[in-house]
Amino acid sequence: MDWGFIFERTMSAMIGPEAMVFALAAIGLNVHFGYAGLLNFGQVGFLAAGAYGLGMTVYWLDLNFWLGIPFGILYALVLALILGIPTLRLRADYLAIVTIAASESIRLFVRWRGNSDITGASQGINEFARPFYDLNPFVNGQFYSLGPFKYLGRDVWVLMVGWTIVMLSLLVVWQIMRSPWGRALRAIREDEDAARALGKNAYVYKVQALMIGGVIGALAGMLQVIQKSSVQPDTFNPVITFTIWAILILGGPGRVWSPVVGSMIYWSLIVFIENVLRGLPSGARDTLENTVRLSDINISQLRFMLVGLGLLLLARFRPQGIFGSREEMALDDR
Amino acid sequence: MTDEREVVFGSTSGGGGAGAASANMADLVNPVAGVFDDVVPEPGSPKPDPILIASNVMKTFGGLTAVDVEHLEIQRGAITALIGPNGAGKTTFFNLLTGFDDMDRGRVTLDGDVITKVPPHRLAKRGMVRTFQLTKALSRMKVIDNMKLGATPQRGESFWVSLVTSLWSGQEAEVEAKADALLDRFNMTHMRDEFAGTMSGGQRKLIEMARALMTDPKLVMLDEPMAGVNPALTQSLLGHVKGLRAEGRTVIFVEHDMDVVRDISDWVVVMAEGQIIAEGTPDHISANTDVIDAYLGKHHDSDLFDDEVVAAVLDDEVTAAALDGDDDAAAAIVRELSEEVRQEEDGP
Repeated sequence: MDWGFIFERTMSAMIGPEAMVFALAAIGLNVHFGYAGLLNFGQVGFLAAGAYGLGMTVYWLDLNFWLGIPFGILYALVLALILGIPTLRLRADYLAIVTIAASESIRLFVRWRGNSDITGASQGINEFARPFYDLNPFVNGQFYSLGPFKYLGRDVWVLMVGWTIVMLSLLVVWQIMRSPWGRALRAIREDEDAARALGKNAYVYKVQALMIGGVIGALAGMLQVIQKSSVQPDTFNPVITFTIWAILILGGPGRVWSPVVGSMIYWSLIVFIENVLRGLPSGARDTLENTVRLSDINISQLRFMLVGLGLLLLARFRPQGIFGSREEMALDDR
Repeated sequence: MTDEREVVFGSTSGGGGAGAASANMADLVNPVAGVFDDVVPEPGSPKPDPILIASNVMKTFGGLTAVDVEHLEIQRGAITALIGPNGAGKTTFFNLLTGFDDMDRGRVTLDGDVITKVPPHRLAKRGMVRTFQLTKALSRMKVIDNMKLGATPQRGESFWVSLVTSLWSGQEAEVEAKADALLDRFNMTHMRDEFAGTMSGGQRKLIEMARALMTDPKLVMLDEPMAGVNPALTQSLLGHVKGLRAEGRTVIFVEHDMDVVRDISDWVVVMAEGQIIAEGTPDHISANTDVIDAYLGKHHDSDLFDDEVVAAVLDDEVTAAALDGDDDAAAAIVRELSEEVRQEEDGP
């Protein structure tokens, strides 16, 4: 087994494009669930809003790529209002039901053949991100490496911009959550009626939180499609939402850094397991193939199963996540 | 009267334990003493200077009339107790007054302004604050953050303002100082940096009352402030309620314990089956047979009231039984009640 190679791949995944996109998406979900207590089971819908806001601006409206970014943000804000206004006066479960249905509706809507002039339908939208890569100071097709980190020039550029956006988002979240606004939001998470009795308009705070987390999710969606240079409807499936949840729970909701660290751990684990399984010595490999029918094809499924098992163990032994405090979590039930 | 008293925040500190604090508070003079002398003790009676007026307030749940209050005036600066048996509609009435529930019809004014359709968060800004029967400590927030939350209005609670620390940090410091002063007044400074979820039931009641005061209310509505609190802390809580009156605030509270009601309230409003069936001073109410009927029903408990009252109940029930032609039952009631009274007298 080539441990050097496995280490290199694992480290590169830790701050790679997936880790970056999912960290950002989880920062948005952390605003929803960690701070405001909103059960958003359709975060992928906000990613799609950002991605299609960007893609459709170029493909359908025939406008400049850079104009697509404000459009993506606008779509996410509109989506948050559509989801939030009818449900946030009601109990928390209503938002959960509406978000999961809405995110799946969005995917089905954009891949519908009748919309092929607007969204590209199942073909998606390609070749729209050129203006982004025109600014790339690195050579797109060349490999760059620094220690164990090794990426293509185009990815180096995406990662630089992406992680900068991640850090700026963390800064904003940290700032608003330590302010009186964040205090009121946490109070609403703890007990909405108590906050209302003390003069806080819980409904407005919750709508605002849904919008902020949604916009951060949309930025994640934009980064994802810029990195792939392609908007594909079926990449916005519910599994993405649950992966974002897994990352947030892994890190511990309601802490500034947990989405980032959760995402880094999640994606390095995935890549580590995959590479270990692929790099097994042939004897061990044959044994696994004969007993549990492990093959090249199902290795990528097995890695998700193993991570799932890990999450189960986490829920059993460290339910508060990496950053959460168990003591604090226990208070929740009283 | 109340206007001449200077309202000083958190300037009193109890020194030693909770008992010492309540003794301090209990010594405070009653600014509304004598105000009720000329008020007729009957449902809906007008008060000299009402802060809150509710008229024709009606709320039904399906076929059940939960609240049907014809007229109620709450005297400014006084402590008014709202009593009544379980299911009398006290908490529902509270919810209607504070905007937590919508009334079917009716009109409520606070200081002359109609507040019938005003949502709770606006009422808090107008100086009306409430606590809850089941305390709502914000468990996963520190005690000091619970307190600071209460201050209103705060500039930093607007999203865009919150982004720039210098726009709210000054006010934040003032809010923190006020919170610390109130924690000191309620002898809760030692809990300052603990999570609110770690507090005992009684401490939660205290913190909820202190937190409500952060809004600078003119009208404080306490829903069963003494429920589930041990006797020592009850004394302290009573002292704090009297302290609110001494500061010129109006207090309305829901309570079951007649001893508490008699100790601190200036005026008592009795509800039964959604209606106000009696109003009056505590002494007047504890001698009112309607109230006793409503409260005690058949399962009376002589601990609640004094002997005079027991005699009144006794009279009524014996008469009722006798009227039914059931002499044995009447005799049984007499025996049972005299037994209870004897035990009472033999006791400590």
